[in-house]
Formats: sequence, structure tokens, C-alpha cells
Amino acid sequence: MAAENKKIIELEAKAKQIRRLIVSMLAEACSGHPGGSLSATDLVTALYFSVMRHNPKEPLWQDRDRFHMSKGHCCPLWYAVLAESGYFGQEKLMTLRKFGSTLQGHPDRRVCGVDVASGSLGQGLSVGLGMSLAAKVDHKDYRVYVLLGDGEIQEGNIWEAAMASSHYKCDNLCAMLDYNGFQIDGKVKDVMGIEPLAAKWQAFGWNTIEIDGHNMAQILDAYEKAKNFKGKPTIIIARTVKGKGVSFMENVVDFHGRPPTKEEAVKAFKELE
Amino acid sequence: MAESLYQRDVYGQTLIELGKKRSDIIVMDADLSCSTRTGVFAKEFPERFFNFGVAEQNMMATAAGMASCGKTVFVSTFAIFASGRAWDQVRNSIAYSNFSVKIVATHAGITVGPDGASHQALEDIALMRVLPNMKIIVPCDAPQTRDAIMTAAETPGSFYIRLGRPKVETLANKGDFKLGKAQVLIEGNDVAIIACGIMVAESIVAAKSLAAKGIKARVINMHTIRPLDEEVVLDAARSCRGIVVCEEHTVVGGLASAIDEIVAEKYPVKVRRIAVKNRFGQSGEPAELLKEYKLTAQDIENAALVLAA
Repeated sequence: MAAENKKIIELEAKAKQIRRLIVSMLAEACSGHPGGSLSATDLVTALYFSVMRHNPKEPLWQDRDRFHMSKGHCCPLWYAVLAESGYFGQEKLMTLRKFGSTLQGHPDRRVCGVDVASGSLGQGLSVGLGMSLAAKVDHKDYRVYVLLGDGEIQEGNIWEAAMASSHYKCDNLCAMLDYNGFQIDGKVKDVMGIEPLAAKWQAFGWNTIEIDGHNMAQILDAYEKAKNFKGKPTIIIARTVKGKGVSFMENVVDFHGRPPTKEEAVKAFKELE
Repeated sequence: MAESLYQRDVYGQTLIELGKKRSDIIVMDADLSCSTRTGVFAKEFPERFFNFGVAEQNMMATAAGMASCGKTVFVSTFAIFASGRAWDQVRNSIAYSNFSVKIVATHAGITVGPDGASHQALEDIALMRVLPNMKIIVPCDAPQTRDAIMTAAETPGSFYIRLGRPKVETLANKGDFKLGKAQVLIEGNDVAIIACGIMVAESIVAAKSLAAKGIKARVINMHTIRPLDEEVVLDAARSCRGIVVCEEHTVVGGLASAIDEIVAEKYPVKVRRIAVKNRFGQSGEPAELLKEYKLTAQDIENAALVLAA
């Protein structure tokens, strides 16, 4: 129990560090998407620093677990965890979205640790499905994790992939839904409602787990349950707060796609100490 | 009379041949495996075949995920769906990363016939030609279909291979197939006829008729649309009085546009385009439709006569 608590405390500290990196790279870039990067930070931090089998020194290791960020606009989060894991140097983070940088506004294969480009919403669950089927063909035991946005699942392609993933019984596939409740045009429920969420995924043949997406113990428990569930893919529906960790960004739709100013970044750092 | 074969049959057989030799070959289809002939691969290698039902977008992005794990993935459906329905998935998930996904699209062009306009892909070459990294092959007959499939399997990166629905006559003496290297089937210096797909056979008929009238037409089989054999085009532009370009495709954005772009920039000559002129297709038998849309040997000959005059 003590070891478990220690792990959780360490992951929480790591998540705070990732949030600091996100805020500073976005402030430096003067463009990008803080809201959804901060809301999914705990989910992705747990993956890279506790759950996934991977080795930054061997990024193309065939047996590595795969992660794909289908909501590609939240790549500041992905870049931060990759840098913090050691896939590339942290100094590179400050080149986000700049001309000549490998850290594009939406991720692509130029980045060490990124297997497939994303950015056009709705395609990433299919990409994960392809990785999952490849594992089955090769009789490999790696797992595949795909991060989805809540607005993103309005895309029809998601439901095509959902249908196919359960048809092929892809229990090595785990999707995480960052359910922060906001998209660019406002609240998800006002723009295009997606409820009842768990029932929808269950109807498409998925195992569903609902958690608080900022509670590290619940997050780790959900990943463990997903790993042990056989016969169906699992989706972790994680209730999150858009802009989590920075009080003046939390639940403010404007911060979906607006970076903090230099002054706001200083304020944010104080909260993330 | 030369033999006539379905390009699709040869595609299916070639997939089996590849499947036996290489364990990295994966095949996908979207509920058309009987028509596209991927079904024969499915029978032989069920563990390496995936049917995604009527969901082409998912199939394309899934193929990208597979390819990222080192697989060579052949995906098939009708050309209209492969190029149109799933274009964004082809662009962002496949071509952008230049994954080894080989899109083999069947039932292209007006000769789909009775199914009518909704199923007659007249825009697919254009839609694929605008994508960086995408190699495009339009084989002229069944044996060349095998060449195209083998080449795509051996060459890393994204491919679009365009096949038709009807049987096509096998053309003799084409020489070796090389990606991006056009085949000069008939020599001549009065006028050049550059064609792809089923229009190559029509071009040969036209050239023979022109020869009887004393006009020497050069017939070029431009089986690879990208990368295009610029040298063969420029040589035709320099040595002939004009170029007739023939394709079973809209006049916008396909082979004709590609030829226009080259000669306009580098060696302006007169070009006549035998292609579908800003119209959707319609139901009918292939021969009726080729006549209605002015895609026959006679149409090619008429255009060549104007240029050679």
C-alpha cells in the first residue's frame, strides 16, 4: 500500500511538471491548445511513467506498447511527456510550432516517439485498431492506447472504428476519452450532445470504465482493469476539467485554442509549483 | 485475337503469390471482396485478411496503423469510394506519412457501366495526383496489372493503382515494366498519342487507322501517372506536331492535366484531350458509354488528324 501511495505521489508530481512544460511551451509558441492538453495530462502521464512498456532509447522496439493521440491538437502534452521520458531533449520543446521545428502544430512522424501523424479528428481510433490487429497477426502481446477527445467522437469515423474494434475482439486496445465537456464552439452538450456515453460504447461492444480523470489512483486502477479484461476493447471514460491545474483556465472555453500570454504563464507557474 | 482478362482476377492471383512469399502482406476490403477479388486472398490467408464492412474511412486509417507496425497493406474497394469517400484518411493517415499502403481501386471509370454515375469514378486520378508521396499506376491490361502490383509491393511508400471492371484485351510487345518509365508501343513522328488504362488499346486502333492514311502516330502507354515520365513527354513534344492525351477520366486534373502542365512550362505544343468533359456518367453498356462520352478510337483519330494537318 505504501509503495502504491508513493507511486501515486510521484506520478502526481510528474503530472505537475508536465503541466509546467505545457504552459511554458505554449506561451513561447504564442499559439496552440492548452485546455485539452491540461485536461488529459494525468491520463497520459500515468501511461508513459507507469503503465506502458516502452524504452525511449529504443523508440522503434517492435514489442513496445503503442500510444496514439487521436486528438492531435493536444500534442503539447504528447511532446512534453516524450521529452520528459527522454525521447528527445527538453530544449526542443521551446521550438513548438516554429518554422523548421520537428514539433509541428499537429504531430507527425518527424518526432521521435510518434508513430502516426494526427490532427484531422476521428481517424486515430482506426489507427490504433490497425496497430492492435498487427499485434494479433504477429502474435505479439503489446497493448495499444488511443487518446480521444469528447468533441472528436462526433466524427463518424470513430464509430466505424468502434464497431470494427469490437467485431475483431481487440482486447489489446484501450481508448481513453478525455471528457472535459468543451469543444471550440462551446459546451459539447450545446454544440452536439454525445450522451449517453457509456451506453453508446457498450452498445458498440466495448467494455466501459468511468473514472475521475484527475484521480491518479482511479486512473491506474482503470488501466489495470482494462489490461485484464478479455474479449472486448475497453474505453476509459475519464471526467476531466478543461485547463486543469491552472485556475483561470479551468472550464474556460477560450483556452481551448488560445495560449497563455507571458503574464498569464507566470501566474500559471505559481499555481503549478 | 488476343486474350481478354479481368485485371481484377490477375490482382487476386498476384496477391496470393505475394502472400505465399511474404508474411508482411496484409489485405483489407470494405464489403466488396468478391468484386475486387481480394476474396481469393481471404480464402488462402484468412488470418491476414480483414473485412471492414461498408466503412471505407475506417479501413484506410486502420491500414495506416497496420503499416506503422511494418506491414505492407493492400486495401481495395471501388475507385469512387477509395478516392472520394476516404480521401481525408488517405491524405492525413496514409500519404502524409508515406506508409506502405497500396490502394488497389477497382471499377474505375465510365466502363463500370449499368451502375451509373454514383459508381463511375471519373475523378480519382485527380484526387490522388494532388497528394504528395502518392504513386499512381493505371495498368493497361491484365499482365500489366501483375507488374503494377508486384512493383507496389516491392517499392516502399503509398500507391494508388487503378483497375477497371470489364475484361480487357492483352496488348502485345509492351516491353519491360518500370515504375515511372512510359512504354512507347508504336513509333511515329507526326503526332503523339499518350494514353493510360483501357485507352491504350483504343490508341493503338487509332494509330493503325492513321497509318493507313499516311500519318505516323507515336503511341505511348503512360502507365505511371506519378512519378510521370517527363522525358518521354518532352521528346514527343519536340518531335511531333501535337499530342493527343486519352484517359477514361474527367478532363480536369488527370493525365491530360499532367501532360498540359509539362508542355505548357517546358515545350509548348498543341494538345487535344480525349477525356470526359465536365459531365457525370450514366447507366449503359461500356461500349455505348465510351461512344457517348467520346472515348473511342475514332475520337482519338479525329483529334490526331486535326493536329497532324
